[in-house]
Amino acid sequence: MSGMYIINDLHPERIEKEPIRNGFGRGLVEAGRRNENVVALCADLTESTKMDAFAGEFPERYFEVGVAEQNLVTVASGMAAMGKIPFTSSYAAFSPGRNWEQIRTTVCLNERNVKVVGSHAGVSVGPDGATHQMLEDIALMRVLPHMVVVAPGDSVEAQKATLALAEDERPAYLRLAREATAIFTTSRTPFDLNRAYVLKSGEDVSIIATGTMTYHALIAAEILEKDKINAEVIHVPVIKPLDVNTILASASKTKAVVTAEEAQINGGFGSAVAEVITENNPVPVRRIGIKDRFGESGSPDELMNVFGLSGHHIAMKVHELLQDMGRQ
Amino acid sequence: MNTVKKKYTITQLEEIANNIRKSIITMLETAGSGHSAGPLGLADVFTALYFDVLNLDPKNPGWEERDLLVLSNGHTVPVQYATMAHAGFFPKKELLTLRKLGSRLQGHPERVRLPGLETTSGPLGSGLSQAAGMALSLAADDDHSRWVYCIMGDGELDEGNVWEAAMFAAKYKLYNLTIIIDRNNIQIDGPTEDVMPLEDLHAKWESFGWHVIEVDGNNIESVIDACAMARAIVEQPVAIIAHTIPGKNVDFMEYDYRWHGKPPNAEQAKEALKKLRTLDGKIRSEHE
Repeated sequence: MSGMYIINDLHPERIEKEPIRNGFGRGLVEAGRRNENVVALCADLTESTKMDAFAGEFPERYFEVGVAEQNLVTVASGMAAMGKIPFTSSYAAFSPGRNWEQIRTTVCLNERNVKVVGSHAGVSVGPDGATHQMLEDIALMRVLPHMVVVAPGDSVEAQKATLALAEDERPAYLRLAREATAIFTTSRTPFDLNRAYVLKSGEDVSIIATGTMTYHALIAAEILEKDKINAEVIHVPVIKPLDVNTILASASKTKAVVTAEEAQINGGFGSAVAEVITENNPVPVRRIGIKDRFGESGSPDELMNVFGLSGHHIAMKVHELLQDMGRQ
Repeated sequence: MNTVKKKYTITQLEEIANNIRKSIITMLETAGSGHSAGPLGLADVFTALYFDVLNLDPKNPGWEERDLLVLSNGHTVPVQYATMAHAGFFPKKELLTLRKLGSRLQGHPERVRLPGLETTSGPLGSGLSQAAGMALSLAADDDHSRWVYCIMGDGELDEGNVWEAAMFAAKYKLYNLTIIIDRNNIQIDGPTEDVMPLEDLHAKWESFGWHVIEVDGNNIESVIDACAMARAIVEQPVAIIAHTIPGKNVDFMEYDYRWHGKPPNAEQAKEALKKLRTLDGKIRSEHE
């Protein structure tokens, strides 16, 4: 590993796991302690989006909106107008799924400091099935002017991201996952809203991942090492604004890129990376993600395998790409 | 800070409203697109608000003790622009830039472009929630001096977001929130009761936990009185249903839903201005 503070032993059976949303819950309480203008609004999912700790400690700054996601973000817009820093939460399928226009007009065009927190994103939601497995949120949010889009890789990073967003004045979308996710960063790992991070340097291929897929990208790099392929792994917790320099520097070096996300590849994170590479210094790109279909019920592990989202699948995609390029 | 607000007589206010209507006609004709009926119908409500009810400072639009006016039905913004210009927020000649490239007066209001606007609107049904968020923040901060007003169209009440906000405002007992519903009975596709019936509107708002007042929305004195009454209601948000005549005072536009979404051409504008000019000097007689 290249001097970054990440966990050394990534073995799936030994690494500690925790839902990413838990880190958001802790970060929100800390943000509330640091700034009395931080307020929280929830659409009837306080415990499962992990706003309960904030609601317990700051009952006068916590507002239950009921099952009304359009109202959720527009009330927040009004509160932001008065200097509050509102964090709104629901499942990502409902917010920003249902209330996209309200976010567009009253938050982004209106330039209001509202934080949209979408929990239970991705297929790893599991048994609830396709209706609740939000896969289009990255595309929906990154297309909006003024919007910051953040998909933390684990709960420790989610906590830092929440604190960073509380101190940032731009509208933002924070993408969270339901299932226990491997914690590969530590309290000392840096987090900055303008940065992507090279977690492992390599020369043969760049694996560029966001959110829950970064851990799997690291596993893929370990698999590839056994095949004598030295992969560079880049973690992109902030999808917008994208750290273009880090991505382009890596792509120029390895000349082969595989992206990974637990979301639709159409319009999503992989598209964002491909856009940047195509316009600046084209090299072959392959994308791992959901390929223009909906999810379904199943256990999170089963679904990650069915949809080709494991470290093993990323490693296979790297082989495929290098073979296509005649480098293997 | 205390502002000494100029107190206008009702006759003076009616003259102001008539001048605002003339500006609306000229603006829309110059723009070549935009909505006519709603802005003309709302001229009396806006005159009452900007020249009597609201605590505002046109020279300091960001004044931290001001009352807040949220325009939810953004397509009627020509009446707000015209009223703001007549109140001194910006020069009247700027009204002719409506809908033109580079103008601060966008076709639908954009807060970031024009100081004095409290929000950005156009897509319907989201203003009340924002007004509720403002009122909630003021109440949470124990600021009981400032008031939040929200202007809404009647057609916009078709939107589900409105009723989410109605429940929310009642739950949090937003006493400092007053909405004025422009009950002009028309929307783009026709009469509201044909497109999607709204009645019994009074009973609907009451059953959602609101105090409801009905007024003649083209009678400035009634609008001012209703707003004063709204400030006396505690524990409940207040809905003022303002019955207005769409296209008010331009006879060939009055009551006709086809004027909802189009501007007058040069000839129609000339005719409309002539009608409005004939009202100068005999304004008061209408309500006597």
